[in-house]
Amino acid sequence: MDIWSLLTILMLACFVGYFIIWGVTPALHSPLMSVSNAISGIIIIGSLLSLESCTTLGAYILAYFSCFLAAVNIFGGFAISQRMLEMFKSKEKK
Amino acid sequence: MLMLQHTCYLLACLFLILSIRSLSSPRTAILGNRLGILGILISIFAAMSSLGLTPLLLSFCTILLGAIIGIYFALKVKITALPQMIAVFNCLGGLAAVCIALAAVLSSSPKLFDNTFGMIIGGIAFSGSIIAFAKLQGLMKGTPFHFRFQHFINIALLLMVVLMSIIFIFHPNFYLFFAMTFMVMVLGCLLVLPIGGADMPVVISLLNGYSGWAAVGIGMSLNSQILIIIGTIIGSGGIILAYIMLKAMNRSVINILTGGFSGNSGNQHLSSNASIPNSASPQDAAFIMENASKIIIVPGYGMAAAQAQHSLKNLATVLHDKYHADVKFAIHPVAGRMPGHMNVLLAEANIDYKDVYELSDINQEFSSADVAYVIGANDITNPSAKRDPSSPLFGMPVLDVEKAKTVFFVKRSLSSGYSGVDNPLFFAPNTIMLYGDAKAITEQIVKYLEQ
Repeated sequence: MDIWSLLTILMLACFVGYFIIWGVTPALHSPLMSVSNAISGIIIIGSLLSLESCTTLGAYILAYFSCFLAAVNIFGGFAISQRMLEMFKSKEKK
Repeated sequence: MLMLQHTCYLLACLFLILSIRSLSSPRTAILGNRLGILGILISIFAAMSSLGLTPLLLSFCTILLGAIIGIYFALKVKITALPQMIAVFNCLGGLAAVCIALAAVLSSSPKLFDNTFGMIIGGIAFSGSIIAFAKLQGLMKGTPFHFRFQHFINIALLLMVVLMSIIFIFHPNFYLFFAMTFMVMVLGCLLVLPIGGADMPVVISLLNGYSGWAAVGIGMSLNSQILIIIGTIIGSGGIILAYIMLKAMNRSVINILTGGFSGNSGNQHLSSNASIPNSASPQDAAFIMENASKIIIVPGYGMAAAQAQHSLKNLATVLHDKYHADVKFAIHPVAGRMPGHMNVLLAEANIDYKDVYELSDINQEFSSADVAYVIGANDITNPSAKRDPSSPLFGMPVLDVEKAKTVFFVKRSLSSGYSGVDNPLFFAPNTIMLYGDAKAITEQIVKYLEQ
């Protein structure tokens, strides 16, 4: 993919981000932080993709290490968000 | 196979965007979180599908290990330690970006600029989050930390990093990249060090956004659209949240980065008035509350520090059930140490989120309230932000607690808040101070009310 298509995607994503983040209710700003934190673990795709192009042992170790870190980030982040959101949810039954 | 992979990425992207979108209401939020998990799993599956057998197994094992460790800590941590935990996870995401960039440079990837960008942002997110964690956890003093030539050193470091990146892009060299990584991390530490505790909401939001931008850099380097899209959304989310926090404090980014309230004018020390504020015992407070029909509770960081949310819940319950009072909670956007911190703590104490109001929704109700119960908050109620143009707080939106018939301040002492500005409200005729620990005082009031 050429740089211009990537930049176009980037620009459009900025707008999507702008509108969906403003749509988040202020009461849920903490969960927003933890969910977006968990989702930023999407960088794990980067670690997995970079495995294909690794040439040295050092690069492999770094790629696997980053894979591990991102996995902790993703699953830990979603688990925390789940805990947080369940607290908000429990009042619905009232 | 390629088509399947792209379909997966597309779906994952959709799910992840929807998952943030669903946070617009507490009702849909939990479904959104599941969608997010699903989205990430699909994208991991898609990325793994193109791997050979050995890397597939190895990466599966590392992910599994990471998942177990992450979930273990996430379930073990106390809800009160949430800001710290988010800082820790954020620091991992930043470090992951740095590692990927290093691996790419080691494998002589041609995308020099993109990797450098990812590394710089990721490095700052990593080391900045560590310092933020240390401050939030109390390993380091929460007060702004200043040293000589601070700004000079920061700017010099920044210029050096920029210069080295330019050299690196024209003459790729791994050692240079490694040195840059090190310098960026030092820079991240130095940037967060001078920032004080109450400014943490801004910093955490920004750092959270940085890990998104780091993902954009890596995505550019690896030609991955999903990384670019999701990274951008998270990155812009961080910036927007930081903007909301800054507006709620009426401050600028420069002001925050240089640390503390720099415009601290010492000429308006009210304590020199020698007037003594009214104070009372919890028993007296309980007596006044018994006769109140509308009570607004204003929590601040002091409530989080004393973990008084459960006693507050008891207070609200007894006031509502026994005395049929209308109890509401008023939350200022920057109360606490992260955006929405108070909302989470009140939710933890099982307080209905429909009783919890944002500043703009409840501010006009103070005039009809009999009692405002301010617990562990100070600056966010300071009326000089509205009246006194010389005050450093001037222009900051505040809660109009002084309009209530009686204002209770639960505080340990008369000391000023984070801004260092005295609160004239303490000396107002309708203000009553309740000195002591937020939790202990609230529990005593509840005890008297139950009698």
